[in-house]
Amino acid sequence: MQRIYFDHNATTPVHPAVADRMAAALRDDFGNPSSIHHFGQRAKSVLDQARSAVAALIGADPSEIVFTGGGTESDNLAIRGSVEASERSSRRHLVASAIEHEAVLNTFKALSKRGCETQLVPVGSSGVVSPDEVRAALRDDTALLSVMHANNEIGTVQPVAELAQIARSRGVPMHTDAVQSAGKIPIDVKALGVDMLSISAHKFCGPKGVGAIWIRRGLRLLPTMTGGKQERGRRAGTENVAGIIGMGVAAELARAHMTEEAARLSALRDRLEEGILRAVPGTVVNGTPGLRVPNTTNISFERVEAESLLIALDLDGIAVSTGSACSSGTLEPSHVLRAMGFSAHRTQNSIRFSLGASNSEEDVDRAIAVLPGLVEKLRNLTRTPVRA
Amino acid sequence: MRVVVAMSGGVDSSVAAALLVEQGHEVIGLSMQLYDHSGGQSFGSCCTLDDLHDARRVADAIKIPHYILNFERQFAETVVSNFVHEYAAGRTPLPCAHCNSDLKFATLLERARGLNAEQVATGHYARVERSREGRWLLRRGADRAKDQSYFLAALTQAQLSRAAFPVGQLTKAEVRARAHDLGLKVADKEDSQELCFVPDRDYATFVARQQPAVARAGSIVDGQGNTIGSHGGVHRFTVGQRKGLGVSVPTPLYVLKIEAESGQVTVGPRTALERTALTASAVNWIAADPPADWRRVAAQIRHRHGAAHGLVRATRSDGAEFVFDEPQLAVAPGQAVVFYDADVVVGGGWID
Repeated sequence: MQRIYFDHNATTPVHPAVADRMAAALRDDFGNPSSIHHFGQRAKSVLDQARSAVAALIGADPSEIVFTGGGTESDNLAIRGSVEASERSSRRHLVASAIEHEAVLNTFKALSKRGCETQLVPVGSSGVVSPDEVRAALRDDTALLSVMHANNEIGTVQPVAELAQIARSRGVPMHTDAVQSAGKIPIDVKALGVDMLSISAHKFCGPKGVGAIWIRRGLRLLPTMTGGKQERGRRAGTENVAGIIGMGVAAELARAHMTEEAARLSALRDRLEEGILRAVPGTVVNGTPGLRVPNTTNISFERVEAESLLIALDLDGIAVSTGSACSSGTLEPSHVLRAMGFSAHRTQNSIRFSLGASNSEEDVDRAIAVLPGLVEKLRNLTRTPVRA
Repeated sequence: MRVVVAMSGGVDSSVAAALLVEQGHEVIGLSMQLYDHSGGQSFGSCCTLDDLHDARRVADAIKIPHYILNFERQFAETVVSNFVHEYAAGRTPLPCAHCNSDLKFATLLERARGLNAEQVATGHYARVERSREGRWLLRRGADRAKDQSYFLAALTQAQLSRAAFPVGQLTKAEVRARAHDLGLKVADKEDSQELCFVPDRDYATFVARQQPAVARAGSIVDGQGNTIGSHGGVHRFTVGQRKGLGVSVPTPLYVLKIEAESGQVTVGPRTALERTALTASAVNWIAADPPADWRRVAAQIRHRHGAAHGLVRATRSDGAEFVFDEPQLAVAPGQAVVFYDADVVVGGGWID
């Protein structure tokens, strides 16, 4: 069976050029970048190249890039590091949007049990955070504002530049989780005006287990991991050299092809979305269409358990996702759609299609072709329970 | 044929899945997550996070797709709520039977049909066959010691027509041997014995937590109505129970009757537990139409009961009365009574 992968917001296939360069690095660039000798220097050199490539992807200075173990670690460093840095200033209030990734939400939860006051700013049915709500939430003792750049479930891009301006005027540092936008749409940290920005390699055809955080020079932040002096003392531990090299190559590729790939994916996504809305009655798109990253669509199918539709699609070779996975891998109603104020039904019936490099028009058309039958079958059963 | 197999992570459903694969079916493994595991609490002996992982590993070993379905809400609304409600009403519930008829062969079956799978298979020791007249029959499993037909007697014809019990023809020893042959890691896994959703076998604490009003003090009385002790709630008792009465008398006393309304628990000597007849409600007739005239069958009144002979007849549209040849001990309201003709289930209902 020819399988179709429509789950690029979960992770992407590693680009062959990335894999090749990483394989070579694992063999040849084994030195510890902290070592003084030839081997160390060589590793340090490739690390620097990767740092420059990643910095270029987001318009940053390479010296402000800190490599981490991924997006979650970057988010943790931004939030926990800010809280620790503001220990003496007694700033204990944290603000984020209600549609953040679990990496932010659960870090907030953990900190709220340890003396922090956390506040989640609501979003409307548009799936976009309102600057007015954020303005109202910020206080003199706010230690950090964290609002994602693009939402992982529905793809909506948040007004980060505007929010950063508001935060700045209140003297509050701002972090943005750009894990779902990096590599998909242009990012310029200076234009955004934020203080920290998290990205993850495996969302743009790089390897898993490596990410980065951009930290504005001069920002007070304490490391969450202590040890050696790597990454200018902001992230201890010997660098994941091969992973970082892979991230660098992936960043170069994403930057080089971004404009045409974004246009291509946007057209494919619109074709898929329009095709589904036309072919399957009782469908509705979640999230404001004009304000999304190009590859993502989130659609609710009336009277269909998303869990079942996901499985039915998978059995037909089409991989999609829904909601967020919990400990056993089962599905919970999406906190994002709930925050948008949708009914339980709409939140339980939603499927996310996230497209990427491997997808073609044929993939999209096959999905449009199989969906009506699968949905019809599932809907018929809700009408005629077997026990009756 | 596309078949869904309900995989608990135990050896029986694992071998059931493997047998279906051998028979050439397109097999889809589904596991039900029945309660929230995120807190990491220790639950009973079935369907824990470890079991779900076992199911996934087995599915991987026999090369079938496997998915975990979140049935927390459905499980709470059907099985757990019935369990709590029955104990609060002074009855002795049988949640595994409800789980079969109200979850596995209801919600799960509907999900399976939504996936174009017309059958749901489980690892139960029971057999389903079609009679010459076209009726779906439920028979005891070939391994009499492991037979689970008692827990399946509420399945309707529609449900039985879509049920498959691949290990029903085998003995437990044969099932384990097959698991070994297949190299499955669960081959020697212990059987689950207790209710999966009740931690530490502590039913009373579980029920009281779900329905705090149930923990209402009441009196323990003897056959003459004399109060001889007190208790902390009717949910702590089941008919036939001897231990935990908190009454010290020279001859052992047993729970004879539980009255939820008054909170009164009547106890008496073992002989007073004997019953010569019972009535049942919500009776599901499987092998025959409801018998208007007395019919000779054997009635099983609890899981490890050796089915006592006697006569049954249908009463109301869904009721039955049964008269034992020999008096039986501890006929507990809320338990199932299942009527057998040899090893064929004639029907079953709930003891009044």
